[in-house]
Amino acid sequence: MAYSNKVIDHYENPRNVGSLPKEDPNVGTGLVGAPECGDVMKLQVKVNPDTGVIDDAKFKTFGCGSAIASSSLATEWLKGKTVDEALAIKNTDIVAELSLPPVKIHCSVLAEDAIKAAIGDYKKKQGKADTAQATAQPTA
Amino acid sequence: MAIKLPIYMDYHATTPADPRVVEAMLPYFTEHFGNAASRNHPFGWEAEEAVDTARKQVADLIGANAKEIVFTSGATESNNLAIKGVAEMYREKGNHIITAVTEHKAVIDTCKRLEKEGYRVTYLPVQKNGLISLDDLRNAISDKTILISIMTANNEIGVIQPIAEIGAIAKEKAILFHTDAVQAAGKIPFNVNELKVDLVSISAHKMYGPKGVGALYVRRRNPRVLLAPQIDGGGHERGMRSGTLNVTGIVGMGKAAELCRQEMARDAARLSGLRDRLSERLHTGLDEIFVNGSVEHRLPHSLNISFAYVEGESLLMGINDVAVSSGSACTSASLEPSYVLKALGAGDDLAHSSIRFGLGRWTTEEEVDYVADKLINVVTRLREMSPLYELAKEGVDLSTMQWEVH
Ligand SMILES: Cc1ncc(COP(=O)(O)O)c(C=O)c1O
Repeated sequence: MAYSNKVIDHYENPRNVGSLPKEDPNVGTGLVGAPECGDVMKLQVKVNPDTGVIDDAKFKTFGCGSAIASSSLATEWLKGKTVDEALAIKNTDIVAELSLPPVKIHCSVLAEDAIKAAIGDYKKKQGKADTAQATAQPTA
Repeated sequence: MAIKLPIYMDYHATTPADPRVVEAMLPYFTEHFGNAASRNHPFGWEAEEAVDTARKQVADLIGANAKEIVFTSGATESNNLAIKGVAEMYREKGNHIITAVTEHKAVIDTCKRLEKEGYRVTYLPVQKNGLISLDDLRNAISDKTILISIMTANNEIGVIQPIAEIGAIAKEKAILFHTDAVQAAGKIPFNVNELKVDLVSISAHKMYGPKGVGALYVRRRNPRVLLAPQIDGGGHERGMRSGTLNVTGIVGMGKAAELCRQEMARDAARLSGLRDRLSERLHTGLDEIFVNGSVEHRLPHSLNISFAYVEGESLLMGINDVAVSSGSACTSASLEPSYVLKALGAGDDLAHSSIRFGLGRWTTEEEVDYVADKLINVVTRLREMSPLYELAKEGVDLSTMQWEVH
């Protein structure tokens, strides 16, 4: 598999790896994908409650280089955007920026899903004030 | 000593030709270019003599008689010829074939085609260690069974099946027994009579010979195995495989077989030492890594490890100056991990996290240490980036999580 230089750059120098406190009411967490499918992305946003702007974004990804790059790029793009602007990020934007080949488009789809899940989680928290909840929970 | 990069550690995929093999082949491209089937001039005789020598060298490697060796274009063809050849020839006797789920595609897909033509195929499962169960085999046999095809050593995990025991069962039931010995031949002792096998596929490029040449051992006595040819033509190779012989390739395969026979014990001892060194270093430097398949019943130069919580392709990307294979095939929306690892019940996540290491004749200790150190670094880095590792460290049981499967 030949990777584009941008994918390699994100893989070697991933931006914003890490975790934000899940329980913080201003933090939204998205956890998408499945281990048996070969990729899982956790993406978190921290929203400034006064401005509605995303102050910080972090990710952790289990997946191929393109999956890592897609989520790393997503965190870069999220910072400084309002929640609504964030929701406008499309997987095709990620495909174009990283020059992903057709077999890797699902990585960008997963990144878009992760953004939507994180924002969704944040909105849910805002709606239900203090019931902090992550998107995926152990069923047991 | 400085190491030369990239490092090749994928000897199961193919091996470089030994320089001594290449040297033996060279005159047969130019000086001795004759057609081994030309019976009426010295050019043909020379070529035929060279083929006869090679036939003996290949036969000696597996304890066979030279007359029992049929040269082919490789083990894919040998597997096709063995299985289709028996199926067609013994159709009157029965239509049932027994094989295993972890076989190479050249066996599985050949069997799949025969199923379309009305044959019945049993694909035996394997146990967690990668071995078939002899009880399963016995239970699968019926009076319609004409062939058992079980590989000697697996190409992904290096696990060695109980061939002698299977041979004894096949003999007792008077069923023909084929084994794909591509990964084992030249690497571990293999004798067709001790193992009671009737058909054996081997390939030159997996034992330091050239690509595009292989052989099928076809037993001539007790019992005499008959095959319906799958390629028709001039009746070469006792009518079982027509086509002008690839004399240069065959000479190379012969030389490769001879070298393997002479150097096998030394190579195996050295490589199992290096393989164990690699395994120990990785186990010391990393937690949560698992060897796939039996450690005991394994080729001396093979190691397949799952690095939990790290995906295989990203792992390969981090060690891009080391040539190895991954059990993960992250290339489509339906990410299919290795069917061999799945068959072990490894769990798809661990299958996605696996790397196959194949050591060989030119692997050095320095290379092993370089690969071990590099992997420890990359796995550590990727785990810091892995949400699964984080969850596991928080004490979450990943198998009880509800994942949104796309
Ligand atoms: C176990 C096994 N069988 C068959 C083959 C096919 O051999 P060849 O490349 O000679 O067709 C291979 C090699 O990929 C193999 O590993």
